[in-house]
Formats: sequence, C-alpha cells, structure tokens
Amino acid sequence: MILEAYLLLAAALFSVGLFGALSQQSVVMVMMGLELMINGVIVAAAALWFFVSPERPDGQVLVLVAITAMAVEMAVGFAVTTAIFRTRDIDVVDSADDLGDRDR
Amino acid sequence: MAETVVFVVCAVGAVASGVAVFVLDSMARATFALLASFLFAAVPLLLLGLSYLGVLVVLMMVMEMMVMVVFMIMYMMNPAGLMPMSMLHNKVGALAVAIGTFAVLAAGVFLVPWPAREGAVPADPTLLLAEAIMGPHMLVMMLVGLVLFATMVASVVLSTPRGRYDRYGDDLRRARPDDPIDGGLGR
Amino acid sequence: MVESAPALLSPLVLLVLLGVFAYGAAAGAAVLHARAAGTAPVAAIAAPARESARLLVQRRRTVPGADTLLWRLGGALLPVAAVLAAMVIPLGPVAVSDLSVGVVWFNAMEVLAWCAVWLLGWGANSVWGLVGGYRFLVQGLSYELPHMFALITAALGAGSLRVGDVVAAQEEVWFAVLMPAAFAIYLVSALAMAFWGPFDAPVGRDLAGGAAAEPAGADRLVLLAGRYLLLTVVAAMAVPLFLGGGAGPLLPAWAWSLVKTAVVLGALVWIGHRVPTVRMDRFTEVGWMVLIPLSLLQALVVSVLVLVR
Repeated sequence: MILEAYLLLAAALFSVGLFGALSQQSVVMVMMGLELMINGVIVAAAALWFFVSPERPDGQVLVLVAITAMAVEMAVGFAVTTAIFRTRDIDVVDSADDLGDRDR
Repeated sequence: MAETVVFVVCAVGAVASGVAVFVLDSMARATFALLASFLFAAVPLLLLGLSYLGVLVVLMMVMEMMVMVVFMIMYMMNPAGLMPMSMLHNKVGALAVAIGTFAVLAAGVFLVPWPAREGAVPADPTLLLAEAIMGPHMLVMMLVGLVLFATMVASVVLSTPRGRYDRYGDDLRRARPDDPIDGGLGR
Repeated sequence: MVESAPALLSPLVLLVLLGVFAYGAAAGAAVLHARAAGTAPVAAIAAPARESARLLVQRRRTVPGADTLLWRLGGALLPVAAVLAAMVIPLGPVAVSDLSVGVVWFNAMEVLAWCAVWLLGWGANSVWGLVGGYRFLVQGLSYELPHMFALITAALGAGSLRVGDVVAAQEEVWFAVLMPAAFAIYLVSALAMAFWGPFDAPVGRDLAGGAAAEPAGADRLVLLAGRYLLLTVVAAMAVPLFLGGGAGPLLPAWAWSLVKTAVVLGALVWIGHRVPTVRMDRFTEVGWMVLIPLSLLQALVVSVLVLVR
C-alpha cells in the first residue's frame, strides 16, 4: 500500500464531513459531520506516521489528540444543544445564530 | 495483495457509509451508518500496525455512537425516518465547497513530494506511543487530561437544569438533597 | 504462558466449548428456577433444549413499522460480539488469537452488546423494547467505567495488554488476591454486561420482557443464546485476568481453565437467581459514587505496588 491511498481516503472522509457540517440544519447532524472530518485527520495522521517517520511517535500522539478532540466535541456539543434546547426550545442551527452579523 | 483488497473494501465502505449518514432519513440508521464508517476507517489503522489505536477507535466509537443515538432521537423531529423531510440548508453551496475541498486535498496528495520514510517500523508501536506520552510528550497527555476534566465539568454545568440551591435549599442546609429521582446511596 | 505461534486453539473447539458452557448456564438457571418452584430439578436440565426446539419451530414475529434491518442486526450482533470477545481468552496455554492488545480487544467487542440490545429494542417498534434498550444504555454508562478500570488494573499489574502476559504475571499470586476490589468490580460489571440477575432490568418482567419482548421464534433463540454466551465469555475472562488462568495442581492447564470458568459461571448464575433486580437510577449513583472511586483507588494501589516491586 502507498501513502497516497491512505491520504486520499482521509481527504474523502474530510470532504464528506465538511459537506455534512455545512449543509445540515440539526445541531446533532452538524456534529456528525465534524466527527467525520476528525476521522479523516486520524487516518491521515496514522498514515503519515507509518510512511514518513515510524520511529518517531508524533503521528501516533496526533491520533490520540484527535480522538480526544472528538470526545470533547461530542460532550460539549450535546451539553450546548441541551442547554439551548432547554432555555429556548431550539434544535436547529438556523435559529441559534445570535452571534452572526446578519440583519434581522 | 490481500492487504490491498481489505484496504480498498474498507476505504470504499468508510466513505460510502459516511455519505449514507447524510442521505438516510432514519436517524437511528444514520447514526449506525456513521458507526460503520468509523469501524471501516479503523481497519486501515490496524493494517498500519497500530493495533492499540485501531482497537481504541473501535471501542470509543461504539460507546460514543450509542450516546449519540440517544441525542439524535431526542432532538430530531423525524427519528425513525417514517415521514421523509429535508433538514438541509444551502445544499448546493455546501456540495460545491465539499467537492472543491476534496479536489484541492486530492491534488495536494498527488502533487506534494512526500518525504521518504526515515527508519523502520518498530516492533511494538503501542510501546512507542506509551513511552512518548509518559516521557517527552507528557505535556500532551497532561493537557489532554485537563481538557477532558474541564469538558466533564463544563458539560455537566451546561446540561443540568438544577444546581445545588435546587438540591440543598436556598441556604444549602437541607440534609438530604431534594432530587426528582433518588439515587442508590440514600443521600 | 500463552505461546502465540505453534499451538493455537481451533475456533471450532472454542465455539463448542462456549456452546456447552452457555447451555450449562441456561440449564443451571432452569434447575434453580425449578427447585424454587418446587418442580423436579433434574427434568429442568433438558429445559433449555426443549425451549430451543420450541423456538425453532415457532413462527418469527413481524411488527408493522419495524426497522427490520436494524432489528435483525441487533439480534445477530449479540452472539457475534460474545464469540469475538472470546477469541483472546486462553484455554490453558492456548488461545484462538493472543493479540498484543487482547484486553482492549475484549473490551471493545463486549461493548458491542450495547449496540445489540439497543438495536433490538429500537428495531421492534415497540415501547417495551425501546424502554429496555434505553435502560441498557443507562446501565452501560454506569458499569462500563468501573469495568474498564478493573480490566486496566489487571493489565497494569502484569505490565502488558496481552492476556497471556497477564496470566504469566500471576504465577506467584493470583490477581484476585492482589487486587480484590478490581475482581469484585469485574464480577459486578460482568453481571451488568450480560444483563443478568440484579441487572436484568433491560429485559425485565416489569417491561413484559423489555428488549426481548418482541423477538419470537428463531430471533428469540438467537437473543437468549447470545445472552448466555455473553455471560459465559465474561465469566471465562475472569479466569485469565484474576484467577491465574490454567495454573493449578495435578490437572492439566486446560482442565483448570475449564474448572475455574465453570465455578465463576456457576457463581454468576446463582447470584442471578438469588438477588432481585436493581433499579437503574439507583445503580447509576452506586456506580459513579462508589465503584469508580473504588476502582481508581485500586488502580493506584496496584501502580504503587508495581513501582516498588
């Protein structure tokens, strides 16, 4: 196997996730897109570790950090969703754009 | 050869089930499609000899998706997909951005002169990782631990509607907390 | 010691053994039930076989609006997860596959039971099943962290994630003696994982069977078999992790593995018969306020022991 194949898989996962994160209205679906993007990062980091510098642990440590980022993203994401749903009955991102600068 | 076949099958499976997440109507099926995508993507990690990280991804993703499915069904209007509806905005723009990103990344994959491999793959990559995060990379481990702890506190604070004044009274003098659901310790 | 290269346990042998032990667990439960009910206990030994035959000829149930794909997937996943988890369990000196990350592999495969039970509950389009599936997730979030810490404490004591090394590290003293709290927590979480005994609320009688309410015929047979297989596998894993694997006098190593597995499995079945069902909300607080700190303390004690040794 070659490095390019793994990186191509990572790029495809990242792009699919990006589409989801940009196009979905539901907060939970947006988070699913983000997770797919991070998954692409995991595959790419593992491939770069194996094919470029297997004697250095950096790639593996990056995978570990990406896995943590995924866990943090999910926990905080659900907490924010719960909080905003409880106070304002909102579960789609279009209704929670107070910080955006669009004129209303 | 067998490795190549396994990789191609898993790569196609990972991307296809990733696409299925945003195509399927049923939220339960979408969540399990995402889980399938993660499981397929864990196989290339195992192929690279990263047995610990690969199995860790499987373990974590199964648990994470089982939590996610609860929230999916709680917050989505159409959990079982019995009543097809669209929950998209700016579909064309998002598609264009995604395809453009993939084109740029794919071009980079083939145009960048990747460096040649330095050194050999160690016999036990798990040991390499362990010694790194308990040695020269310990700062990473400490930060990860702190961030995870902060995440636990933050997510509980954000998601719980009741604070200690609700539980122990305005002057915090109630002996037993006033909880809607009792725990098992009789406090 | 588990040698990886020449002597490997045949997967077929593993399947037969798992089947025999799972049948034994089911028969044991039936015997205990018959004795408590005052009917002939000996006749109950054949009860699981009779029930299996009945389920095989029974018609499978179809439910309107069911998510059949996910429902069938959930049913099939339960026995598959149990067998995959069993791959790393050594029988005496040999295992089907003694992975270098065997303990993590075991954990990852048994967590698939979460998927299986939830899918069974969700797919059936029945309120009983759905509540049962959600109950198992609550239970899972309560038992899984102490369970992981118990597993990792055993690995810590051996300094390796390979199950063979964990067995080898117990030549002098069994981990059940060295780390009793981790062993106890493992047994509690083993019951919870197989939703057995005090933790059978996901398939509880108050829910008309919960996640097992709708499956009938062959589906129900697979579900019940998967549950007994899971109970067998978690009992069998206690032997290499805490009870010294195949170590013992006179008998060969494989026989000791089987004897110890039978004892642990028998104890789990007996506890399941004696202890009433525990409510989810009560167990959750016990899990997070007692079991997690306890397992962390146990891990701390073992790490200090490993450092000073």
